[in-house]
Amino acid sequence: MTGESPLLEVREVSLSFRGVRALSHVTFHVGRGELFSIIGPNGAGKTSMLNCISGRYTPTEGRVVIDGRDVTAMKPSARAGLGIGRTFQNLALFNHMTVLDNIMVGRHHLLRNNVATGSLYWFVGAQREELAHRRQVEEIIDFLEITPIRKAIAGTLPYGLRKRVELARAVALKPHLLLLDEPMAGMNLEEKEDMARYINDLNAEWGMTVVMIEHDMAVVVDISDRVLVLDFGRKIAEGEPDAVMADADVKKAYLGVDAEDDRAAPAAAAQ
Amino acid sequence: MAQALTRCGDFKTSYRADTTIFPSARSRAFALVGVALLIAAPLQIGGFSVLSDYWITLLIQIGYLAIAALGLNVLVGFTGQISLGHSAFFGFGAFASAYLNNTYGVPVFFSIPLAALWTTAVGLIVGIPAGRIKGLYLAIATLASQFILQDFFARADWFTGGSSGSLAAPFAVFGYQISGDRQYFYVVLAYLVVMYLLAANLMRSRDGRALVAVRDHYLSAEVMGVNLTKYRVLSFGISSFFAGIGGALYAHYLQYVSVEAFDILLSIQFLGMVIIGGLGSIMGSLLGTIFMVLLPEAMSWAVNILRATDWGNVPSIVNGLAFLKQAAIGLAIVLFLIFEPDGLAHRWRQIKAYWKLYPFSY
Repeated sequence: MTGESPLLEVREVSLSFRGVRALSHVTFHVGRGELFSIIGPNGAGKTSMLNCISGRYTPTEGRVVIDGRDVTAMKPSARAGLGIGRTFQNLALFNHMTVLDNIMVGRHHLLRNNVATGSLYWFVGAQREELAHRRQVEEIIDFLEITPIRKAIAGTLPYGLRKRVELARAVALKPHLLLLDEPMAGMNLEEKEDMARYINDLNAEWGMTVVMIEHDMAVVVDISDRVLVLDFGRKIAEGEPDAVMADADVKKAYLGVDAEDDRAAPAAAAQ
Repeated sequence: MAQALTRCGDFKTSYRADTTIFPSARSRAFALVGVALLIAAPLQIGGFSVLSDYWITLLIQIGYLAIAALGLNVLVGFTGQISLGHSAFFGFGAFASAYLNNTYGVPVFFSIPLAALWTTAVGLIVGIPAGRIKGLYLAIATLASQFILQDFFARADWFTGGSSGSLAAPFAVFGYQISGDRQYFYVVLAYLVVMYLLAANLMRSRDGRALVAVRDHYLSAEVMGVNLTKYRVLSFGISSFFAGIGGALYAHYLQYVSVEAFDILLSIQFLGMVIIGGLGSIMGSLLGTIFMVLLPEAMSWAVNILRATDWGNVPSIVNGLAFLKQAAIGLAIVLFLIFEPDGLAHRWRQIKAYWKLYPFSY
């Protein structure tokens, strides 16, 4: 699936918080249209990696290149304009806004109206623009099957739906690169299946390149094109899911030194 | 912002209809009737006046204070940044409009919006620390700006007239001089309607949503492409613009601006209006202002009734009446914080929700 040049390149990225080394010399790349997963035990640096890509953290060393452009020092708000959408491990919705407004915030970098034109609304095209984007946002709402709750206040929704609204908000950005931090954590089987379907569709039909952190190995093996395994901030394996699962280092990271049983790895990870 | 409360059977068939300021035709009609009644309020037919002079002054007061309160609500309610210096911006708008008119001969019609723009510039400068600090620390920074501006008012003779204050010309539209409170009432009403619509439009468009996003979850707002520093500072600018308009209207109403009028107490009162009305509610700002202006009136009314009864002969009560009035205002605020922390706007929504299923209450 890899195109001419990779969409995302992470080169020798290290990240330290004073004494703690969260990432050391991690290098990988994600091709256009790929569905790429990052896995690893707790504290392996997966979310730190995602934060380096989305701009929350600036790597201590190394570069992050998106679409041939070095974004290492770019502010997170500017990266949205490059088409990077993300969801968060712990829900990060705008709790007092409606679902619809939450998703419309995702359109922020695509909208042109500002404080003055927005206030004048009817006279300077802001209304036209808002309505045009509303139409597109409704398509996303339709796709993610959250139509009945679009006017609900986001903070009042149950967990599974909030996760879905967060995905909708990230999709509203029209991202080329979609970063998902544990999209299925805390969900029941049915919700997981739905979420896997959405992610698959976004990847295959909407053409979004996906980088996903996930603990559910069954899902990871099922839908990922390639997998990166981190342990204590280091990359220990990268490649096709089946090959990675069979890797001796990966088993060691998940199960400790005496790992023998193949089936134990997913079970341990699912905890 | 759109509410989730629509009457049953009220279906929207276009996105345009779904993004209106007033959620239903009924509520828009309600607002229009309200404005129509206000237009009729100062009328005098023959010897009969719809409202007494006293009520007109109260309504004018509500008008210019509500405009400033709207601005404070954008800052405190929608963006979640506390400000203890709002009255200083209100004062700056008042002095700026009088100054532009007195010194450069700018007609009052233009000096009001120009003064508001000037106040916006000051607000943006004062708001710069907001890009860096939050919460209580920001509150202290705005408190500092309150005292700095107050000190500036007292010292800048060229701008404010110093301790003697400055005179402001009455309002005029293209040569026509507005005379009396009853005519000035329409100026304030027009401004209030326009500012209300501007604020409501802002909150349903891109930058308004960005402000709320910054309040609710700034980290994810940033990832959504919202530049935090820009919007935190911008929010101060917007709130100062509204304060500037309100202050300028105040100046040309009283036609005299004193340097002592804009102290911290007024800032706290603005906060009171916004909290009582409902943080993050456009209409709440209006309701809160009405409440804060009319509460002392209601109290003096109650006191007068008390005075007329036998209780009015008890010396300790008569002596304490003035204090009772002040204490009641404080008590009202405390009671609101305990029983209705979401403000009058929330109470209003509850009332509407009750009628949502009318006449079938199940």
